[in-house]
Amino acid sequence: MTTTAPPVAAAPEAAATGLPARRRAGRRAAPGSTRLTPTAGVGLGVALIWFSALALLPLIAVLVETSTGGWPVFWSTITNAQTAAALRLTITQALGVTAVNIVMGTLIAWVLVRDRFPGKRALEVLIDIPFALPTIVAGLVLLTLYGPNSPLGVNVANTRAAVFLAFLFVTLPFVVRTVQPVLAELDKSVEEAAASLGASPFTTFRRIILPALTPAIAAGAALSFARGISEYGSLVLLSGNLPMRTEVTSVRILSYLENGDQAAAAAVASVLLVVSLLVIVALDVLQRRVVRRG
Amino acid sequence: MAKTYAFRAIVIVYLGLLVAWPVSLVAKATFANGFDALATALSDPSVVFALKLTVIVAVQAVILNTIFGVGISLLLVRYEFRGKRLLSSLLDLPLSVSPIVVGLALVLVYGGRGDWFGPGLEANGIQIIFATPGIVLATAFVALPLVIREVVPVLTELGTDEEQAAMSLGASPVQTFRRITLPAIKWAVVYGVVLTLARSLGEFGAVKIVSGNFEGKTQTATLLVEQKYQDFQQPTAYATAFLLALVSVACIVVVSFLRPDHSSSKAQSKGLS
Repeated sequence: MTTTAPPVAAAPEAAATGLPARRRAGRRAAPGSTRLTPTAGVGLGVALIWFSALALLPLIAVLVETSTGGWPVFWSTITNAQTAAALRLTITQALGVTAVNIVMGTLIAWVLVRDRFPGKRALEVLIDIPFALPTIVAGLVLLTLYGPNSPLGVNVANTRAAVFLAFLFVTLPFVVRTVQPVLAELDKSVEEAAASLGASPFTTFRRIILPALTPAIAAGAALSFARGISEYGSLVLLSGNLPMRTEVTSVRILSYLENGDQAAAAAVASVLLVVSLLVIVALDVLQRRVVRRG
Repeated sequence: MAKTYAFRAIVIVYLGLLVAWPVSLVAKATFANGFDALATALSDPSVVFALKLTVIVAVQAVILNTIFGVGISLLLVRYEFRGKRLLSSLLDLPLSVSPIVVGLALVLVYGGRGDWFGPGLEANGIQIIFATPGIVLATAFVALPLVIREVVPVLTELGTDEEQAAMSLGASPVQTFRRITLPAIKWAVVYGVVLTLARSLGEFGAVKIVSGNFEGKTQTATLLVEQKYQDFQQPTAYATAFLLALVSVACIVVVSFLRPDHSSSKAQSKGLS
């Protein structure tokens, strides 16, 4: 069994959330890649038809539905007081959570790469749990510990803190998993050289380590922000979805849809979709920088 | 050194409060009265139906995504074509699109009231939205990139030397794939499949929209957890959530222990030198 294992897994623990793996390897002009053969061309055609039917056309349909409504419908929808409040809440909470993730995610990656202690493997598993745990279950377990019957005596249910907590949970893996492989490949001798030349640990971190990690941190932050603003499942039981107070954008889209107002639902969805697209573009740019640094 | 311990302590406390403790409570709540909650849940026909539907949907989504994922990975790594970089970026889109947007998008294109394929399909007796095919589509959509992300790096590292050697010795493309390429990417495919399975069993938002959430017809396990919790059948909600959590944590543990621990072993050997 072990002899047939792949020679290298490029980004080992980067479970499904780890972003650099494919880009880092895939962007290099792969040795031996060739022009399409007829068979491969047919394969590509079939794959593109499936990808279009499953993902591209439906997403385009959202934009088309928005544009048929026209600018006035779009503008009046997203400036509707309740919708605007939902957008504002979602974006500010996602930004706040991303800021926490930048600090905590980098710290967690640091501890996982540079520290050694019994039970570290268990922490690795904990990092990936938010990725695999169904979001409705995530909301349920957070409600159990931080809800009305909290064994800690902390009750955030139906408050804005609940939104923050849910976002924090579901976005945990992103910065950790993008920073970890880059940190693992850093050459320690440069840090040692800086230290031997009299740099303090803080200066070494700021001048040597941080610049090397910045693209990876930024990529993780972008993913974390995108995941935050699109979250739905973990909030259902936890935040109460109170209009003007704890209602997030996804919930707003759903209630438009349930009221049969597809044009308004599509308008708000387009805002989220454009942010997702921007994040994808940002990641593409950032990955190229990660490659160059690496 | 004091700083090392401080960092370690902060990380352990943070992950404990955010992940370990809350997640462990689902087991505690489920087994508060021994096996009563599980027994009650499993004797409820709507729970049994939801679990079965969830498994059926997840298996179909995994099969679809595995075939598509391995195929598109081979194309992306082994061939040059125009628009490759764009395609590669777009394949990551499902990771950052809201499940609610995914659900809406599928309803617009495949719903009977939409302007796209829905009415035509329904006229021919094919119901997608508010039926199992829609749930499969939504699930396949959200889990789309997972196999690709595992297979592409391995294929890239592998190179083409062995494949070319096999071909030059007279192996057909099918033989080359089966005897050379497939064994080399086998484990990456396995990781991708396990992660896809975990993601598929747990999808909620997109499925809620496309399924219509009809109990005993299109209600999956995650939708049932929400409904049972809100209907004050909390033991059943916890028991179902426990089963879902058990499978997803098992998937993560399996992948985490099977996967060669490359980066940290490298870091450790550097630390020792």
